[in-house]
Amino acid sequence: MPDLGKYAAEVLTAYGVSLALLGGIVWLSIARGRKVKRQLEAAEARRRG
Amino acid sequence: MSIWRYANPAKFMATTERLVPALSWLAAVALAVGLVWGFFFTPDDYRQGSTVKIIYLHVPAALIAINAWFMMLAASLIWLIRRHHVSALAAKAAAPVGVTMTLIALVTGAVWGQPMWGTWWAWDPRLTSFLILFLFYLGYMALWSAIEDPDTAADLTSVLCLVGSVFAVLSRYAVNFWNQGLHQGASLSLDAEENVADVFYLPLLVAIGGFVLLFIALVLQRTRTEIRARRLHALRLRERMA
Repeated sequence: MPDLGKYAAEVLTAYGVSLALLGGIVWLSIARGRKVKRQLEAAEARRRG
Repeated sequence: MSIWRYANPAKFMATTERLVPALSWLAAVALAVGLVWGFFFTPDDYRQGSTVKIIYLHVPAALIAINAWFMMLAASLIWLIRRHHVSALAAKAAAPVGVTMTLIALVTGAVWGQPMWGTWWAWDPRLTSFLILFLFYLGYMALWSAIEDPDTAADLTSVLCLVGSVFAVLSRYAVNFWNQGLHQGASLSLDAEENVADVFYLPLLVAIGGFVLLFIALVLQRTRTEIRARRLHALRLRERMA
């Protein structure tokens, strides 16, 4: 861990919030993608009978 | 070979199926290298101290925030002119990614601004136009959600995107238009005299590359989801009518 001196709180907050937001958008994108894919497969199976 | 063949949803899905995982891995590697290099292996700035490390998040996020809107503008224009559904859905898919990047730029800017400028926020031209861009992103996403008919939603959000482009341009060029304000000029420029010092420049370029790749991967992945959601919507309508 580098010595961030008196600005450690600011730097760590910036990295923490940013990585959380990036992780959040990636997770949401993957989760919604899987959910919609599953629902579409079910709808197409119903259509085929 | 024409680019318009990718307007065919089946062709788009087939092409992006292998592209998305490859781009995602490249984005993860570039982001990890850029951020680890910037955070752990670059020195403090002689005036800004360790807060200079925020540059590896703030600059790439701001760059993507503005250019995501321009990508949405291009996609919206294609929808309005040529009526390609994939194009409208790509614009819709990019908005949540763009708003996330705008939020990262705003938060990291405030956290960086407080120790350097003595304030979290100032009604500076660039900051203000960026805040308005953020509100436009929210309005754009709300409008998509508020209208049930997908074509009508695509029409209205495309017009909103055209209007919001004014603020995307202002966010980029506000510091050139107006001299007042706290925000400095561009951190990266084709004019080498304006660039940050070399020791910060290379990791910053790698981090920017990572953000760009992540944006492309997310937009492609989300566009695939929107194509499936549109098909699902059509099938459910048919089920209801049967």
